[in-house]
Amino acid sequence: MSAVPLLKVNDVSKFYGSRIGCRNVSFDLFSGEVLAIVGESGSGKTTLLSCLSTRLMPTSGIVEYHMRDGQYRDLARMGEAERRFLMRTDWGFVHQNPADGLRMTVSAGANVGERLMAVGDRHYGNIRVAASDWLERVEIGIDRIDDQPRAFSGGMRQRLQIARNLVTSPRLVFMDEPTGGLDVSVQARLLDLVRGLVHDLGLAAIIVTHDLAVARLLSHRIMVMKDGAVIEQGLTDRVLDDPREPYTQLLVSSILQV
Amino acid sequence: MNDLATYNFAYLDEQTKRMIRRAILKAIAIPGYQVPFASREMPMPYGWGTGGVQVTASILGPKDVLKVIDQGADDTTNAVSIRAFFQKVADVAVTTKTKEATIIQTRHRIPEEGLREGQTLVYQVPIPEPLRFLEPRETETRKMHALEEYGLMHVKLYEDIARNGHIATTYAYPVKVEGRYVMDPSPTPKFDNPKMHMSEALQLFGAGREKRIYAVPPYTEVVSLDFDDHPFEVQKFDKPCALCGAENVYLDEVVLDDKGGRMFVCSDTDHCEDRRDCGHAGHMLARQEAAE
Ligand SMILES: Nc1ncnc2c1ncn2[C@@H]1O[C@H](COP(=O)(O)OP(=O)(O)O)[C@@H](O)[C@H]1O
Ligand SMILES: [Mg+2]
Ligand SMILES: [Zn+2]
Repeated sequence: MSAVPLLKVNDVSKFYGSRIGCRNVSFDLFSGEVLAIVGESGSGKTTLLSCLSTRLMPTSGIVEYHMRDGQYRDLARMGEAERRFLMRTDWGFVHQNPADGLRMTVSAGANVGERLMAVGDRHYGNIRVAASDWLERVEIGIDRIDDQPRAFSGGMRQRLQIARNLVTSPRLVFMDEPTGGLDVSVQARLLDLVRGLVHDLGLAAIIVTHDLAVARLLSHRIMVMKDGAVIEQGLTDRVLDDPREPYTQLLVSSILQV
Repeated sequence: MNDLATYNFAYLDEQTKRMIRRAILKAIAIPGYQVPFASREMPMPYGWGTGGVQVTASILGPKDVLKVIDQGADDTTNAVSIRAFFQKVADVAVTTKTKEATIIQTRHRIPEEGLREGQTLVYQVPIPEPLRFLEPRETETRKMHALEEYGLMHVKLYEDIARNGHIATTYAYPVKVEGRYVMDPSPTPKFDNPKMHMSEALQLFGAGREKRIYAVPPYTEVVSLDFDDHPFEVQKFDKPCALCGAENVYLDEVVLDDKGGRMFVCSDTDHCEDRRDCGHAGHMLARQEAAE
């Protein structure tokens, strides 16, 4: 982890009219660090993730990103072209529902290769090799490279979505309930895979989950949200083993009882 | 006087023509960019070239000489009816000769004979949006054009190669215009793509149902998209035209009998006739003459 933050979040709030989405959230994220945002349904996790990833404009507050050129940029002030370029090169976004992040009617190979073509790769052979490599890394057989994700299981689709995001070597990946719709056994395999990739690639990641077991397995740090606010944050083991806030204690004990 | 006398010259009223001309001027100023326009009802169904007809009606003057082709031919139903329409509503001279025409309206082909300065080629376009294939949302395709995000076009070509081993797209093959906008050349065969590049003639595209006009001004760069290791190539034909012996032209297959007899002849009928008039003969013609 480097000494300067990759992402600086300062007092971010989002209101939907008079309803609170999230409020007064501040934190720094360092490169290679995995942050889990946990909390029950409606606590503001998705809203916060959307504000951080520029999918939503915060009502107030500033989110700054440390660009590859070493400069910090206020994401809200970035032009749309540059922002979209950042999103498909230096960032990834893994949706809970893979269909939201994949092109369901083009082959697995093209799904992985799209970002390369978007940044100007014009060599079919090279794109093909990169796509094969990535399918292998996410444990999809190379014989499936020309199949459309429509023919894939939920777990395979999610792994394909991950490969599609990682092919440009992003530094930061956002994930919203990445294991959400999957069977428990499939979840376990996916979590192992994500953990391995994040570690091998030195990725920074912000993972939204309502599942504390996912947070435990993947994250270095946890933020607990309630009613749109962060009520507790700290190293994952500390927060889960020794929760300070009564609400967090409740969350942790309820998961232990299940 | 017949009832058509109540129509304005070239059918459209002057205000509509001015609106369409403004769209055309804007299209010329931004080569390859799709300009929305308020497409009018025309006395023919969509799919019969209403976009091209509106463009032609807006630029046509009494001294123009009009040629209309469908596929490469002047004598197909669609071409004949559009030509007859303009004879009626504008009383303009018509021709089948590419050389003589000042405006050529086309559905599928660019004439084989090189076009000159001062000529205008008007294309009838069914689907103007090259990105539609993979991105049906228009808000998104507009943004992609605006931000020059054209990766998707290569995704389409990638799929082509993955499925067929080569780029199998033969019609409506996407091009980049003047290094900026990606454009669909309408249902012309890719064989004609190189003719668009640096053409001396003005090229106008009208899509009636989709309400879009776009243009390639004379002497504009038009480059067919491809991959470094799968470069753009035009169709090649094994034999020359059976009637006029022309090589390096686009050929149509003609069935001769019910015993599998067939021949390949110029799709551009005017070009073929012209060559025959000049004494060129393909193998079918030579055989016929020998028999006579
Ligand atoms: N588009 C929206 N319009 C209005 N209210 C919304 C919208 N999206 C979320 N909210 C509200 O904001 C709060 C936080 O929601 P959300 O961020 O989806 O929480 P979580 O992801 O933790 O379930 C909830 O009260 C929710 O009803
Ligand atoms: Mg949510
Ligand atoms: Zn011929």
